[in-house]
Amino acid sequence: MQPKYTPQELLVRLKSAPPIDQIGTHERISKIQSRSLKGPAKLHGLRLALSMIDLTTLEGKDTPSKVRQLCIKAQHLHGINPDLPKVAAVCVYPTMVGVAKKALENSTIKVAAVSTAFPSGQAPFEVKKLDTLYALEHGADEIDMVISRGHFLAGEYNYVFDEIAAIKALCGSARLKVIFETAELDSLDQVRRISDLAIAAGANFIKTSTGKIQPAATFPVVLTMLGAIKDHFDKTGQMIGMKPAGGISSAKIALQHLLLVKEVLGEAWLTNEWYRFGASSLANDLLMQYQKQLTGKYQSAAYFSID
Amino acid sequence: MEILKTYKLYIGGQFTRTESGRSYQIQSASGQAIANACLGSKKDIRNAVQAARKAQASWAAKSAFNRSQIIYRIAEMLETRKGQFIEELVLLGHSNPAAVAEVQSSIDRCIYYAGWADKYQALSSSVNPVSSPHFNFSVPEPMGVIGMVTCQETALIGLISQILPLIVGGNSVVVIANTTKALCAISFAEVLATSDVPGGVVNILTGEVAEMLPTLAGHMDVNALSLAKIEDHLSRNAQEAAVDNLKRCQLYNLDYFDSKNQGLHFITDFQEIKTTWHPIEQIAGGAAGY
Amino acid sequence: MSTTNWNLEPSLESTAVVQLKDQYELFINGQWQAPKAKKYFATINPSDESHLSNIAWATEADVDLAVKAARNAYENVWSKLSGAERGKYLFRIARLMQEKARELAVLETLDGGKPIKESRDIDIPLACNHFFYYAGWADKLQEAFAGQQIESLGVAGQITPWNFPLLMLAWKIAPALACGNTVVLKPAETTSLTALKFAEICQEAGLPAGVVNIITGYGDTGAALVVHPDVNKIAFTGSTAVGKQIQKACIGTDKKLTLELGGKSANIILEDAAVDQAVEGVINAIFYNQGHVCCAGSRLYVQESISAQVIEKLKFRLQSIYVGNPLDKNTDIGAINSKKQLETIEKYISLGREEGAEIYQPACQLPSKGYYCLPTLFTDVAQSARIAQEEIFGPVLAIQTFRTIDEVLQKANNSPYGLAAGVWTDKGARIFGLSSQLRAGVVWANTYNKFDPASPFGGYKESGFGREGGVHGLSAYLKITN
Repeated sequence: MQPKYTPQELLVRLKSAPPIDQIGTHERISKIQSRSLKGPAKLHGLRLALSMIDLTTLEGKDTPSKVRQLCIKAQHLHGINPDLPKVAAVCVYPTMVGVAKKALENSTIKVAAVSTAFPSGQAPFEVKKLDTLYALEHGADEIDMVISRGHFLAGEYNYVFDEIAAIKALCGSARLKVIFETAELDSLDQVRRISDLAIAAGANFIKTSTGKIQPAATFPVVLTMLGAIKDHFDKTGQMIGMKPAGGISSAKIALQHLLLVKEVLGEAWLTNEWYRFGASSLANDLLMQYQKQLTGKYQSAAYFSID
Repeated sequence: MEILKTYKLYIGGQFTRTESGRSYQIQSASGQAIANACLGSKKDIRNAVQAARKAQASWAAKSAFNRSQIIYRIAEMLETRKGQFIEELVLLGHSNPAAVAEVQSSIDRCIYYAGWADKYQALSSSVNPVSSPHFNFSVPEPMGVIGMVTCQETALIGLISQILPLIVGGNSVVVIANTTKALCAISFAEVLATSDVPGGVVNILTGEVAEMLPTLAGHMDVNALSLAKIEDHLSRNAQEAAVDNLKRCQLYNLDYFDSKNQGLHFITDFQEIKTTWHPIEQIAGGAAGY
Repeated sequence: MSTTNWNLEPSLESTAVVQLKDQYELFINGQWQAPKAKKYFATINPSDESHLSNIAWATEADVDLAVKAARNAYENVWSKLSGAERGKYLFRIARLMQEKARELAVLETLDGGKPIKESRDIDIPLACNHFFYYAGWADKLQEAFAGQQIESLGVAGQITPWNFPLLMLAWKIAPALACGNTVVLKPAETTSLTALKFAEICQEAGLPAGVVNIITGYGDTGAALVVHPDVNKIAFTGSTAVGKQIQKACIGTDKKLTLELGGKSANIILEDAAVDQAVEGVINAIFYNQGHVCCAGSRLYVQESISAQVIEKLKFRLQSIYVGNPLDKNTDIGAINSKKQLETIEKYISLGREEGAEIYQPACQLPSKGYYCLPTLFTDVAQSARIAQEEIFGPVLAIQTFRTIDEVLQKANNSPYGLAAGVWTDKGARIFGLSSQLRAGVVWANTYNKFDPASPFGGYKESGFGREGGVHGLSAYLKITN
């Protein structure tokens, strides 16, 4: 693989990013959180959020049977509301890609595979490469790779850059999401730095977390990443996608994330081509809130399937 | 035959004649001519304010400790010239014991304020516990250039009591001295000139209050006025002129021999309070604060 | 799926919590009293120009009654109470205000036009907190002035502005009462309602009659209060022009005076700043409360190396600012307080165009009735332009660029005003360097428009004198001697 930047060039590029003020970031978020969504606007938001879900199962105990059930749920979110949008993708380990691909063969739902020794990323590069190739060979439409956090924190930016660029080269037409695991990074400045690095290395999407370490997709982290996406777009005209993952379990939080996107990036990003939620339990809360909007009645979890 | 001293104005660290070329006679208590003093003019006021403005920022920027040292130096220089001041006061009609007492009190007052130079900040500052994650603190800052009419009853103690708390606090001053007892004011200027007070920090003019004060009070580059008891209409007109740029006005009518009339608030009367905010990053999930 | 135009629907705060009277009288000596001249004026809702109520117009005779009531309460009741007892009344008032927080917020928004989310989340909580804060000082005054003699002043005449009606009332009344003074307060004529509601709260709190008197009216009412010979203290928040008249009127009296006046505060962004947070800070600095903020960051100075980026970001940010019905919980910029103020702002916008600055306003539909103004940016503004020198008191930002830090410091200080300033830089040493050289009473570093009862507020130069808030706010209501 050929690095695009010398270490010095990369460092200069990363250091040209603006610092991030944490308290100012919190204040911006609380402004968005005080927005009030009512009536049709809320319904629209809920539908949008549903359509953006990467319905996820990433457990050691995952089996083909479990993955097939998830894929059925992905296509039939809520039986009594057939006009609901479908989720954007299911997200599984590479070993389950074949199963998911088959289960979704008659749908437009994508299959995303986590890779590069997810979640820790602690494997030799050759292993990461094989991990990715395996998922791609079984038909993965999207690759969710993790970065090498240890190398990043040690300041070995070129290592991290080259790794992303190499995986990107393998991906071909599959879209590459790069997971930062922001809970393991030090500060919002680091989040901004890794965002710029990943975008420069070829990420199609940047993604907060694996979901295995808390706190995951916090608002300050997400806003910082959106800022990097916006600046990249302003400079180059190129859109980069965003995927918060982990900890987004309620409709309220999901809607606030969408309002953040609307105000920070603009409405062009409000589609599942450019925005995803990595979540497992979010779908049902969205469905319950949707039903509440339709009927005016608060809902019970007993009426919504748990796949 | 005795040589009569000509008392000049003290502007920008220089002893200059009034640009108006006029003088007036200062007489002893018995009506004898003691000296000629400059009859200051509007243009002298203008020059003095310019000099004061030029000197103020760097005076305020000196370390508080350094200002303290310089003001203590004033006390030392007063001490060495004690005899001169006593003699002048006696000439102006004071009894010898009264003159000695006034000079001694004046020296004591200098020492008193010298000690304040690096302490008033601590007593008039605060760290304010605001509810948001911000470090918030308030500190005093000098108002800037202060116009002053000094005590018309006393020759020395009033002058010193009015000037020192202002310069201790980093201000510069333009002083219209006591008209009839101007001797001590100009001698005090000689003390200042030999005691490391940078030129322009204190400017002393002699002459008629009625002629100079309207210009000083109306000057748009003067930030505040310190006015001793003067004729009502003069004071009133000065305060009205002061409104144009919202000068802060302090009126004093005090017995400066009384040590109750020295204190912190004479310094803070000519200080602004500045409050600064800065965010405090929250680290390790903990809420930071002061 | 299609994603175009995800518009937020109006989300209106209910007004059911507010019961307006047809007519409001003067609150003097603990009672509602009709004005001697029997004159009333209308107060309207600036968001739709609808009539809200009629308000008593106090004349000299009413002012005299109010001052007499305050004097009587001072001599016979309030000055005889211990600080601890005064404090208890203030605590009780604070609690009652909290309990009526939503009613006060809606009332403030109806009468003044400010967005409900600001009155709900900022004005009213801060006003309550101010009473809590000073309640605790009432029995600790001597500790605040160790080694000095302190005395209450007597009767305080207080005149408040229309931009933060209840909050400014709190800034005035809470320290005055804590320090042992009694009060005659005149609210601004366009925003009397929360002050009158506050009078009801005083009654409910059992505050002794005459300790707080609220007299409503126009400038003539305020003028009568200022010149009343039995008033010992004047506290005024408002324009510099009126402040000067008041300063003049107090000459030759023993009235203690504090003035909180106008501003044209500089907000400075250096090239190493956290740009996105700085941009948000600029938005907050100039569009908060429709720009009706004396300390609004109305002069923006951006370092040339990042000015194009900052201006682009500001323009983009303006697109997600909601202008409209102040009762809508999503509204960011509500109604301009009065027709008169709207005309002033529009005059300055035309002036800015004439002066050759480039204007930017977002595309946004304004309500057909009521007084509204689009958030407005002027770029390529010269220091000599009137829009860069004069207080507009509206959502209008004059943007200038600079090259060096020395240059921007000089330009920032190049103003008759000195209320506030903002500094945005990532460099700590530079923050202290700049903030100590900016001639302003409040410096917000990497933030803007923050207020707190514990934080002293007030200006340098023609922005007034005296401080409100914090321990320094006590001196405004005490006679201090050695």
